Amino acid sequence: MITLEHATKVYPGSSSPAVDDVTLHVPEGEISVFIGPSGCGKTTLMRMINRLTPISSGVIEVGGKNVMELDPIELRRGIGYVIQQVGLFPHMTVRDNVATVPKLLGWNKSAIDNRVDELLELIGLDPGVFRSRYPRELSGGQAQRIGVARAMAADPPVMLMDEPFGAIDPITREVLQDEFLKIQWQVKKTIIFVTHDISEAIKMGQKIALLKDGQLIQYDVPEKLLTAPRNEFVKSFVGTDRALKRLNLLRVSDAMMTNPVHCQAADPSEKIMEYMIGNDLQFLLVTDGEERLMGYVNLYDLRGHRGKVGDVVRPMTITVSPEQNLKEALSRMLGFDLGIVVAVDEDQRLAGILNSKTLFSVVGDTYDERGGHWGNVTSKGRIP
Amino acid sequence: MNANVARSNSGIFWMILALILSFMVGVAAENKGLLQFAREHPGDIRMLLLQHIQLVLTAGAVAVCMGVPTGILLTRGFMRRYKEFLLNLLGICQTVPSLAVLALAMTYLGIGKKTAIFALTVYALLPIIRNTVAGIGGVSEVALDAGRGMGMTPLQLLLKVELPNAMYIILTGIRMSIVIMVGTAALSFKIGGGGLGDLIFTGIAMVDTGYMLTGAVPTAALAITLNWLFGLLEKWIISPGLIYDT
Repeated sequence: MITLEHATKVYPGSSSPAVDDVTLHVPEGEISVFIGPSGCGKTTLMRMINRLTPISSGVIEVGGKNVMELDPIELRRGIGYVIQQVGLFPHMTVRDNVATVPKLLGWNKSAIDNRVDELLELIGLDPGVFRSRYPRELSGGQAQRIGVARAMAADPPVMLMDEPFGAIDPITREVLQDEFLKIQWQVKKTIIFVTHDISEAIKMGQKIALLKDGQLIQYDVPEKLLTAPRNEFVKSFVGTDRALKRLNLLRVSDAMMTNPVHCQAADPSEKIMEYMIGNDLQFLLVTDGEERLMGYVNLYDLRGHRGKVGDVVRPMTITVSPEQNLKEALSRMLGFDLGIVVAVDEDQRLAGILNSKTLFSVVGDTYDERGGHWGNVTSKGRIP
Repeated sequence: MNANVARSNSGIFWMILALILSFMVGVAAENKGLLQFAREHPGDIRMLLLQHIQLVLTAGAVAVCMGVPTGILLTRGFMRRYKEFLLNLLGICQTVPSLAVLALAMTYLGIGKKTAIFALTVYALLPIIRNTVAGIGGVSEVALDAGRGMGMTPLQLLLKVELPNAMYIILTGIRMSIVIMVGTAALSFKIGGGGLGDLIFTGIAMVDTGYMLTGAVPTAALAITLNWLFGLLEKWIISPGLIYDT
C-alpha cells in the first residue's frame, strides 16, 4: 500500500541527511510503527508521505502512485492525519472539526451529519453531548479521540499518526490504544504510526521500523525485533527487559493450560481430599454445575470436613480473560499470593489457568517444574 | 456563556454610566445656561454630527479595506521579509502628531473633506495592520499543520483557520483605530473637512463654553457608542470557542 524506495531528505545547508535512503513497504491494512530516538527522522519520514516535507530523492508510492506526481492537496485529502498536540481548530465545534475533510470534498450536509455522528459513536463519545462542544470544553483524551475521528472522517485508506497518544497521561493512553486497536480491527486502515515509546510500538505495530540518524536500522515484526535484534543499537533500544516486553505481544489464551484439573461444588469433600493428597495438590479450583468458576479449596480446609466441597470454597477475586495480554496477567498473578491466575470467559466459565510454569515457558526462560504452591497442576479435566 | 453575559453586562454598564454622566453634565450645563446655543441650533448640530460620522466611517472603511489585506499580505511567505520594515515605517509615521498629518496632507491635497479622510485613513492604518499581523501570527502552528495535513489549500487555510482565529485581535485593532479616529476627526475642521470640530474650535476661539460643549459632548458620545457597537459586533463575529471565561 505504501512503498518507500531510497527515500532521502537533505535539508538545505545541512551536511547529513535527515532521512537517509530508507526503503520499506507497508502492507495494506496493517500498522507500521516508525520508532527511534528523537531527531532520528521518523517524523520527517512520515511527513514525506503526504508531502508536508518534500522528498529530496527516491520514490514514495501510496496505493501504487508516486506521491510526487499527485496534486498535494488531493493526496492529503485522501490520507488521514493525526498529530501529537491534536491540532483541533479552536473556533470550530466538534462537529465542524470532524467534518473538515468531508467539507473540503464537498459532501452534502446530511451526509456529513450522519458521518460525524457515526464516528463519534465509534470513538465512544455521545454525539448528542459532544457534537456542539468546542475544543476548549474537552479533556485531553476526548480531544485526541476527536482528532482520530477527524482523520477518519472521509474514510481514507491510509492514515499517518504522529505520536497520537504522546501527550496523554499513561492510564488514558492505554485506554486510547486499546480503543484504537479495536477500531482498527473493524476498519483495517493502512497506518503509519510514529512513536518514541517502544512499549507502544510493540503493542500497536504489526511491523516496526527502527530508525537512527535518518537510517533504517531494522524493519521487522515486533517479535523479531525483540528476539533477534540486528545489532547492539537495536538491542539497547528495545531494552534489557525485552523478554518482559514480549509478554505484551502474547495473549493469555496463547499460554494458558486449558481444561485444568478442578472439582465441582457438589462433590463430596472426602473424595476430593483423597484425590488431592494422592496427586500432591494443595489447592484445587471449584466450579458450579455449569463449569462456572466459584473459587478454590485448600487441603487444610478439607481435612476432617464432612459434606460438600461447596461448603468450604473460598472466592477467587482476581481472574483474567483469555484475550488479555500476558503482561496484565502476570501483574495480576503477582498480586495474588497463590502464584496462579485463572482465565474465565465472559460467562465466568473456566477457560484455563496460568501459573509461573506456563507463563515462563512461553517467554522462554526456565521454570519451576512443580509450578509453585499449587503442586503439580495437570491438564486432566474434572476429577472422575 | 458566562463570558458573554459579563461582556454584555459591561456594555450596558458603560452605556448607563455614559447616560448618567451626560445627564449630570446636562443639568449642570442647563444651570449655567450652556444649553442655550444647542437648543437654538439643533439642525446645525445634527448636520455636523452626520458630517463627523461620515468622516469617521469613510476613513474607517477605507483603512479596514486597505489595512486588513495589507496585514494578511505581510504574513504570507513571499512578503514576510518586508514585514518588519513596513511595520517600523508605519510606527514612525504614527509618532507624527495627528494635527501635523492633517497639515501635511493639506499641503499636497488642498483643503476639504477628501484631504481629511485621507489623513484620517493614514493615521488609522497602523493599528489595523499591526493587529492583523499579530493576530494571524498568533494562530496555533499545530492547528495550521493539521489543516495543511488534511489538504486545505493556502486560501482555505487563511479563510477557515487563520482569519477566524485571528479575528478577535484584528477587530480589537479596528475598534481602537476607529474610536481614536472619532477624536482625531474633530481636527479635520482645521482643514475644512467639517465635523463637530467646527463647534469645538469655534467655541474655544470665542471662549464660549456652551458653544464648545455642543461639539465636545456629541463627539464623546459618538466614541462611546461606536466602542459599544464594536463590542456587539465582536460577540456576533467571534466564535464562542475562542472566548474564555477568565
